[in-house]
Amino acid sequence: MAKKTFRQAINETLFQEMRRDPRVIVMGEDVAGGQGGSGQIDAYGGPLGVTKGLIGEFGASRVIDTPITESAIMGAAAGAAVNGLRPVAELMFVDFFGVCFDQIYNQAAKFRYMFGGKAKTPLVIRTTIGAGFRAAAQHSQTLYPIFTHVPGLKVVIPSNAYDAKGLLTQAIRDDDPVIFCEHKLLYDTTADVPDDPYAIPFGEAEITRDGDDVAIVAFGRMVHFANDVADKLAKEKISVRVIDPRTTSPLDEDTIIEAVEDTGRLVVVDESPPRCSIARDIAGLAAEHAFGALKAPIAQVTCPHTPVPFAPPLEDLYIPSPEKIEAAVRRVLAYKG
Amino acid sequence: MQLSREDLLDSYRRMRTIRAFEDRLHDEFALGGIPGFVHLYAGQEACAVGMCMNLTDEDMIGSTHRGHGHCIAKGCDVEAMMLEIYGKKGGLCGGKGGSMHIADLSKGMLGANGIVGGNPPLAVGAALAAKTLNTGKVAVSFAGDGASNQGTTFEAMNMAVVLQLPVIFVVENNGYGEGTGVSYAVGAKDIAQRAAAFGMPGVSVDGSDFFTVHEAAREAVERARAGGGPSAIEMRITRYYGHFEGDPQLYRAADEVPGLRETLDCLKKFRQRVTESKLLDMSQLDTIDAEVAALIDRAVAKAKAAEFPGAADLTTDVYVKYA
Ligand SMILES: Cc1ncc(C[n+]2csc(CCOP(=O)(O)OP(=O)(O)O)c2C)c(N)n1
Ligand SMILES: [Mg+2]
Repeated sequence: MAKKTFRQAINETLFQEMRRDPRVIVMGEDVAGGQGGSGQIDAYGGPLGVTKGLIGEFGASRVIDTPITESAIMGAAAGAAVNGLRPVAELMFVDFFGVCFDQIYNQAAKFRYMFGGKAKTPLVIRTTIGAGFRAAAQHSQTLYPIFTHVPGLKVVIPSNAYDAKGLLTQAIRDDDPVIFCEHKLLYDTTADVPDDPYAIPFGEAEITRDGDDVAIVAFGRMVHFANDVADKLAKEKISVRVIDPRTTSPLDEDTIIEAVEDTGRLVVVDESPPRCSIARDIAGLAAEHAFGALKAPIAQVTCPHTPVPFAPPLEDLYIPSPEKIEAAVRRVLAYKG
Repeated sequence: MQLSREDLLDSYRRMRTIRAFEDRLHDEFALGGIPGFVHLYAGQEACAVGMCMNLTDEDMIGSTHRGHGHCIAKGCDVEAMMLEIYGKKGGLCGGKGGSMHIADLSKGMLGANGIVGGNPPLAVGAALAAKTLNTGKVAVSFAGDGASNQGTTFEAMNMAVVLQLPVIFVVENNGYGEGTGVSYAVGAKDIAQRAAAFGMPGVSVDGSDFFTVHEAAREAVERARAGGGPSAIEMRITRYYGHFEGDPQLYRAADEVPGLRETLDCLKKFRQRVTESKLLDMSQLDTIDAEVAALIDRAVAKAKAAEFPGAADLTTDVYVKYA
């Protein structure tokens, strides 16, 4: 098993799934790049290099560079999905969903239900999320709470290269529309990733640290921060369980509720503004189903209710940090009714 | 030609300021001093300046991710722009916006924009306000060839025609949207004709020739001010640098940019034209060059030395503060 980056894991998965199934196509802006230019084709291989090389093997009929036209990209991908293809469409930055949301949430997400179960929409929308890239208010959001809100969409937030491969494989083989959220600051992180294809089922959380004093639920890049905090506190004999649900829709509610019942203390970490967030969603879940077990108020570590600022020190303050997570853990531990 | 000597000097100063500003950012970015993404406007100066020389501070422009040139052409303060790009206190947006969101409403600059195709509907809105309030102002949307393919742009053009609004759609066709060429991405091939098909006059001009741009812009602005409705102007141009700083530009042949820098240099063309026709002399232009160089030096030094915004600034300005 080789160490691979998150970027390589996704790239390899696309190669493998496109080889396995000729109905899988990739489409988006500069997924190859160089079309109509004076230089080389595959000049970009995706704006962040994730789809590099695909066009060389699969050609321009399956690796489709589009104009800058998100509504048509997402709508065409949805339309193709109900007509026999299995498109992997790229939304370069999740922030651009505003240009094309109707095709995703009113169209792709609802076909199956509206049509009385007659349609399948095997569509994957790969998109980049997250702050810390100094990319300011319109290129730094996570927005997965918005997709999670929509019945009919599945929402995946891999936190590491191993999961990225297994979850993307599942996403491509899945018959429902999937929003696949890739945190920009995870692309260069590495993990052991098997060469052979494997699928990780949706709705199965991973317990990345076991413990029974406090439970932390975290997503994406935040899982790494939570793990660091758990490791640090372990030296003080504070035992922290870290749960990475990996998908927000479907959500592995059982693993979360069990953790609250075992520990009585819950910290939720979510790189999003606090209102109508996944943090609130999970806090609500725990309050509803494990109220009797709670020994302290549920703590939420989120971004503030502001757009993402540009100035680097402000952006650093905006993002939940290991320090803020540690403080929240200590707060729920110190709580005396 | 209705340009006075002062206008010519002013136009040259604005174009030179843009070039020097962008060349300097290119160098500073390579040294690692500038956070985030910057998209440089060098090469396209005559487009912004030729257009904006026909506008007043009251007229509004909407801009793009490649917005520094539009800002300078519209009269935004260069030092405050530099502070913004460094994310510092005193920046035009207090350091909270950065390169892709510079705005100065007092100068009629409605904002750079991180969303391709984000501004054409906004410019239509500015024109709607002008028409409804009877202010006599006009609005200009600057967009790229890539943005010209967005549905938002088509919708904005159609609505502007339907409502007969005083708005001008400028499409700066620099050959590429990111790493994809116009010949691939624009199905109609002719951007000006496609705009014209919405029901407004559409022309295509050499965007490296200040005088040609200025003339086309003058006509469109006069038409808009006189109640004649929207127009579109395609400006054919090239960008000297990558899509963003750090872009290896593999989609361009190695000799493409050096060749275009020769044939499509608006500053060189301008100098030649005004000196040959004895409208200005070389020394006047050289003086401007020196003054601009000093201004950029000052702006960069000031931006580097400035403080970042403080923690308290993180949560301000989300909503209007009600006393
Ligand atoms: C809605 C949206 N889609 C994609 C992008 C990513 N993007 C930023 S600039 C750009 C290219 C724009 O090309 P063009 O309009 O020709 O402007 P130019 O960069 O050439 O000035 C792209 C695809 C974006 N910022 N917003
Ligand atoms: Mg362009």
